Amino acid sequence: MTIDLEMAEIINVFFQESEEGLDAMEAGLLSLEDGSDCETINTIFRAAHSIKGGAGTFGFGEISKFTHAVETLLDQMRNGAREVSADAVQVLLQAVDAMREMVALARGGTPGRTATADTVGERLTALLEEPANPASPRGRPPAETPTAAAAPSPTAPAPAAAPEPPAQKSAVAAVRPEPPAEPAAAGEQTHWRIRFLPHVSLFETCNDPLRMFTQLASLGELKAQAFTQAVPALSEIDPTQCHLSWTLDLYGAVTREALVEVFDWVDSNSSITYEQLDDSAPPVDAAPPAAELPVYPPSAGPCAAPAVGTADQFADVPSVPAPDAVPAGSPLVAPSEASQASAPLSASKANVEASSIRVGTEKVDALINLVGELVITQSMLGRFAEGVDAGRDLELLRRGLAHLARNTRELQESVLKIRMLPISFSFNRFPRLVRELSRRLDKKIELRLRGENTELDKIVLEKIGDPLVHLVRNSLDHGIEAPAARIAAGKSETGVLELNAYHQGGSIVIEVKDDGAGLDRTRILAKARERGLIAEDASLTDEQIYNLIFLPGFSTAESVSDVSGRGVGMDVVRRNITDLGGHVQISSERGQGSTIRIRLPLTLAILEGQMLRVGQETYVISLVSIIETVQPQPNHLHTVTGHAELFKHRDEYLPILRLHEIFGIEPDSRDIADGLLVVAESDGQRVAILVDELQAQQQVVIKSLDRNFKQVPGLAGATIHGDGTVALILDVPSLISTFSVRTTASVGRAA
Amino acid sequence: MSQVKAVAEEVKKQYVSFMLASEQHGVDVVRVQEIKGWDSVTRVPSTPPYMLGVINLRGAIVPVIDLRIRFHLERAPYGSTTVVVVVRVPGERGERTVGLVVDAVNSVHDIAPSSIRPPPSLPGTVDDAFIEGIAVVGGQLMLLLDVQALVTASIEER
Amino acid sequence: MTATILTVDDSASMRQMVSFTLKRAGYTVVEAADGVEALNYARTSTVDLVLTDVNMPNMDGISLVRELRQLQSYKFVPMLMLTTESGQDKKSLGKAAGATGWLVKPFNPEKLLATIEKVL
Repeated sequence: MTIDLEMAEIINVFFQESEEGLDAMEAGLLSLEDGSDCETINTIFRAAHSIKGGAGTFGFGEISKFTHAVETLLDQMRNGAREVSADAVQVLLQAVDAMREMVALARGGTPGRTATADTVGERLTALLEEPANPASPRGRPPAETPTAAAAPSPTAPAPAAAPEPPAQKSAVAAVRPEPPAEPAAAGEQTHWRIRFLPHVSLFETCNDPLRMFTQLASLGELKAQAFTQAVPALSEIDPTQCHLSWTLDLYGAVTREALVEVFDWVDSNSSITYEQLDDSAPPVDAAPPAAELPVYPPSAGPCAAPAVGTADQFADVPSVPAPDAVPAGSPLVAPSEASQASAPLSASKANVEASSIRVGTEKVDALINLVGELVITQSMLGRFAEGVDAGRDLELLRRGLAHLARNTRELQESVLKIRMLPISFSFNRFPRLVRELSRRLDKKIELRLRGENTELDKIVLEKIGDPLVHLVRNSLDHGIEAPAARIAAGKSETGVLELNAYHQGGSIVIEVKDDGAGLDRTRILAKARERGLIAEDASLTDEQIYNLIFLPGFSTAESVSDVSGRGVGMDVVRRNITDLGGHVQISSERGQGSTIRIRLPLTLAILEGQMLRVGQETYVISLVSIIETVQPQPNHLHTVTGHAELFKHRDEYLPILRLHEIFGIEPDSRDIADGLLVVAESDGQRVAILVDELQAQQQVVIKSLDRNFKQVPGLAGATIHGDGTVALILDVPSLISTFSVRTTASVGRAA
Repeated sequence: MSQVKAVAEEVKKQYVSFMLASEQHGVDVVRVQEIKGWDSVTRVPSTPPYMLGVINLRGAIVPVIDLRIRFHLERAPYGSTTVVVVVRVPGERGERTVGLVVDAVNSVHDIAPSSIRPPPSLPGTVDDAFIEGIAVVGGQLMLLLDVQALVTASIEER
Repeated sequence: MTATILTVDDSASMRQMVSFTLKRAGYTVVEAADGVEALNYARTSTVDLVLTDVNMPNMDGISLVRELRQLQSYKFVPMLMLTTESGQDKKSLGKAAGATGWLVKPFNPEKLLATIEKVL
């Protein structure tokens, strides 16, 4: 089945919206814990309502069906017919999870109902079947405008059975009692007599009796008779009012449903009666009997009425008047105004949404590419100007180019910012996570989030999510102690977990801080020795010891809870972080807590690069990975077991990487003492890279090699020089892992 | 009679022909993006000898393959007619743009599919897998290249 | 001359669906994301038909209809609400506010077009 490309795009928008709506629902549900208010419940309801509507429209029946139950429950809550209990909120949160799953399935092309949906669906049904407790008024109860005919009453769980005000309401009720003698077969010839008595205000809703009659006429043979008794004198007539009524005779194979359908829209502001006659019906009567018009029911419950804008909010729109008084002679009762919520919408809410647009990421990437080109061109021009003799015009050219350079830089920064999103997108999942984990672990934990508005690259944001989750789980599971233990240690019962994000230099720093038990040096050392990860006699600094927990297979947890602690996590966490070009480091204080500090580049597209030369080839290395560059002293160079070359850097022995050997280049000199050693670090490992010369430092635009080619070990990508040639970017982690010997085991071991 | 008519109405494909060690080769014009003069290339380490390196093609990083080396032909110095035929072929991640260094480009020829013969199997040559057929053009034999297979194999190869 | 239809819905996908269907049928479509936007538009331009969702933030569909009916130029513009099955009670509220009629979601393109033709 082919779907229009446009339809596919629209459905994509629906998926995106649904995911956002589910996020909003979750946030709203979580906040209900601190006390429910109408606005929040309404927001949650609306989100569910939208998702249901969209799912139905776009053919995702299972999602629609499931969401219907959710919506019903929420509707009861906002009507005050059901209490906002912790249980209900819990089930709703689970429902949100189930919906997320189904949306993901649908998005992946295999829509359907999941097992989770079945389980949660049962819980929802169970809840709905329980007798609902009408809510005690919370938040801002709106002042109801009592109407003569109606008494506000909480809606009973079954929506169709709502108690109706005495006036004839049956015409509009969802469940209409059908007259038993209905001819079911469509083919049967019938004669219907319809008495149609519209309210004077009929035209005000743009309902035209002519349209209805035309429709009737398409169903069979129509004879209509109009009654004009109610028409006022010409001098008094208001042509926008309807003073006519009709008796209509329709002959044909017509069902009652078909008739009802025709008059559906005007049912509530007209009086309509349908009578089925046998064919030999006498001619039409005189005036139809006066009938009572239905009274518009007020909304029931404190939250049901949608928030209505009042005059204050819209200065030039007059406040809503009551409908026209019924003219003399008409038997109709004026409909009452729907009750309004008394508290007006806060004006600030009306325009609080930041103006934003959705832009496809490919468009943004294309823009970034173009700006990259611009940077290169500007750089090219700059070089050109440098090589020419000084002169008057040249001075102007130089100034112009400096200007261009500044503009380009600013443009680049702006464009890159487009891809940046606030870290709140990632932090947002933690309130729920912490809540559930603390429940499961029976610990009291307070989550503090700081710097949620700190922005970072979209891709970095996406990829840092899981590592953060693991670190948080770790903190909660192993860091923060049980309440009893905390009290015994003289701490407060409630542990604090802080997530903090801020910019520093060209990076974003994310901290995961807990005030728990801190890391146990002794235990870590013991475990590391036990596993042969370090030498028996190795002496390590505290920092080095704490960093041991990032090694694969490391876990000092006594019991492996299912929360974390299988020891497979931390090394993957660090790998993910270094893959993004970042660093992670732990600091800890026994008994006080631990802080994990992650440093990530703000953007993936641009690199602060150090150009270096080996022989005739130029490479770029990321500045962030350079610790320092040294001119090696011969007495600091050592050869171990006649093979590995080591460089003594401060207190460490670092392996030397000969780039010329790895890349097969003819260097200026093979003698290390003639070259430069670039001390680089990645993943906790340090190496000394032998190069011939260091060149300029500059920002480079990273281009991938595997778009047209493939990944090459030791290379992170390529960039284009000012002169148009390609320079390759070194991948320090890959260089270390592929070309050098892992030295963790040798750290601390003397040569 | 009818057979002749059938051939005349056949839709012809166009091929760009180039020389490689005095052998005429052809590439489906649909695959050819452009023809560029030879310029310097940035070497990429850990790649087979026929992979000369990468170039900057209007901002894109494009790998360049020397076909003489690839087909184990005698190496020749690059001269004034040496060009790079830039081709686009479907790949794993969408389309790949790759440059092929050849001796010289001739022109574009119309070739009727019915006049393309299957390649004779030439024992011991690398070419086999990449020749999708042969045709006679202007009295000369033309080896029609399957660029997609050529590029894919060349890049995947370690 | 083709008719212009104002469609109001806070769900972009729904808006786009409706827009797509109507434009294909030859109508001119104006979109608004909520009642406030729609009202602001209406203050300076008229349309031949208004299609509005009911559940929207800032200003719901019923209030929108009510406000629009206050405008001289919108007194006799047909307005249809897009409601869902569970929003039965909204229908009478909508009528009271001045809506011409409604369409029940989910609806298919044919139903949408047929209903629109009834009022235009």
